[in-house]
Amino acid sequence: MAYVKPTYKSQYENFIAGEWVAPQSGEYFDNISPVDGEVLTKIPRSNEADVELAIQAANKAFQSYKHTSVVERSIMLNKVADAIEANLEALAIAETLDNGKTIRETLFADIPLVVDHFRYFASVIRAESGTVADIDETTISQEIYEPYGVVAQIIPWNFPLLMAAWKLAPALAAGNCIVMKPASATPMSILLLMEAIQDVLPKGVVNIINGAGGKIGKYLSTHPDVKKVGFTGETTTGQLIMQYATENIIPTTLELGGKSPNIFFESIMAADDEFFDKAIEGLILFAFNSGEVCTCPSRALIQESIYEPFMKRVLERMEAIKLGNPLDVANMMGAQCSLNQKEKILEYIKIGKEEGAECLIGGEVYESATYPNGFYIQPTVFKGHNKMRIFQEEIFGPVLAVTTFKDEAEALAIANDTIYGLGSGVWSRDAHQLHKISRGIEAGRVWVNCYHMYPSHASFGGYKKSGLGRETHMMMLNSYRHTKNILTSYNKSAMGFF
Amino acid sequence: MNIERLSVTPEAAEVIEKLKQENGELVFNQSGGCCDGTAPMCYKKSDFYVPSRNVKLGEICGCEFFIDKDQFEYFRHSQITIDVKEEKSAFGNSFSLEIDLGYQFITKSRIFTDEEYAIIEGRL
Repeated sequence: MAYVKPTYKSQYENFIAGEWVAPQSGEYFDNISPVDGEVLTKIPRSNEADVELAIQAANKAFQSYKHTSVVERSIMLNKVADAIEANLEALAIAETLDNGKTIRETLFADIPLVVDHFRYFASVIRAESGTVADIDETTISQEIYEPYGVVAQIIPWNFPLLMAAWKLAPALAAGNCIVMKPASATPMSILLLMEAIQDVLPKGVVNIINGAGGKIGKYLSTHPDVKKVGFTGETTTGQLIMQYATENIIPTTLELGGKSPNIFFESIMAADDEFFDKAIEGLILFAFNSGEVCTCPSRALIQESIYEPFMKRVLERMEAIKLGNPLDVANMMGAQCSLNQKEKILEYIKIGKEEGAECLIGGEVYESATYPNGFYIQPTVFKGHNKMRIFQEEIFGPVLAVTTFKDEAEALAIANDTIYGLGSGVWSRDAHQLHKISRGIEAGRVWVNCYHMYPSHASFGGYKKSGLGRETHMMMLNSYRHTKNILTSYNKSAMGFF
Repeated sequence: MNIERLSVTPEAAEVIEKLKQENGELVFNQSGGCCDGTAPMCYKKSDFYVPSRNVKLGEICGCEFFIDKDQFEYFRHSQITIDVKEEKSAFGNSFSLEIDLGYQFITKSRIFTDEEYAIIEGRL
């Protein structure tokens, strides 16, 4: 069954102080759907004046929002979750059209995870508390949490709504007000989300500014009223944001990509059973979201003793991947997010071939009969070695680089020979091996006998150049608030120094 | 044999000149990772502190072009050409300046032949 493309407003605006506001410049840009290459709607091209309005609105809202109780904030977050759930199908369709990912993923992964994220943070703030310590007989120390104030959040285009939720939910739960900039490739679904939840949020608590990041990103990151910047994107802009953050001495949370190893030990083939079937799928998850995932298991490391029979089964399963119209629930892979992204992936396929990697399957564009102008690429597997560029650079597409290893030591050496350290996977039937390898991998997330699960109550973030700080899990609350220590003496005697 | 690690297409050079007029001196740094990944970032020179251990790949239109030292290790056998694409839909979430003008710089690569590689490495 294929969903029908709805008609959207011909033009959207920025969302500032609870109102839909035209950009000061009066300029808009086309938002193109990668599904068919057609214009979906028009989006404001904002400038510094728009950002200033949004920051002022957020700052004004913060003066009252900071006094809300956790009960009020929890109720609000639950209402946000309910509103999203009530619009689940419409948001899933919008997300698919904006990003190109399949409707089976948006309906059953992206949007349900968004809903759950708000419910999770609605729950945890009701169940946590600061701490109190007896320092001595007459001195008590209280650790109390207070929100930062206005926070800036810059969202990537691969999971527009889920990455927005990962940043919105903890920041709101902790009592902050937000100025968010969606990726300019995928702004529409976030604007539809705001339409769905605008009546639940106090005015100015969440503000959305659209446009390219160059100038407004600097204005946002250096504004003295902005107390924290959260960014998901590439490494160099991450560095630039850290540099900007030094101007006002503010913290940043950065998620900057990965080149995640997915390690398959020979014991997975000890039986041709349900678990082995899971492991085959576990390798093919590199094609999840058309490979546009920072944790994409884009390097498969396979123990050489099982390489041939394992890859035979993997390639058989890959032949059955249904690629095409992302709005069709039967399809497993959809479009790449933009024409430029499609071309970048094809460039890497060319580099892989020039470097001498062996293309085992795919390696070509996919011609969609339904949408000849959409941006589709066949899932592709290369065999090569870890020093090749296709093994070292994040391609952000359905391109897997496969190599083999002899033993545990070599598996870890290859796994860690990367500048990144975001995701990783280990597959084995040997419990000791699973634990040893999990601890040996330099990455913020190790999936053990699974991959691509993103529960709210599990922390997510990078080692090495994959970033700074964590997202998801209640520990994220402390990324959005100060700790104030109140040290109280009830001893009436002077200290005796003077 | 005249071999360079880095070159620029006339189309990209034209956009760089426009950006210079608007922003003054520029600097490029090859990025990596996540959505906008392997693309050159173009910033105002005064905005970006180039990490001190980055490697200078060369200059394009009089602007220095850098790359992370670790990234250079696997780029060193590639000849890089900086090109540009027009983006009808403003793209990505990076802070690279050309996106404001409706373009995106892209990094194109060609693997050096063994002969070329020996020459260019001998020069380092």
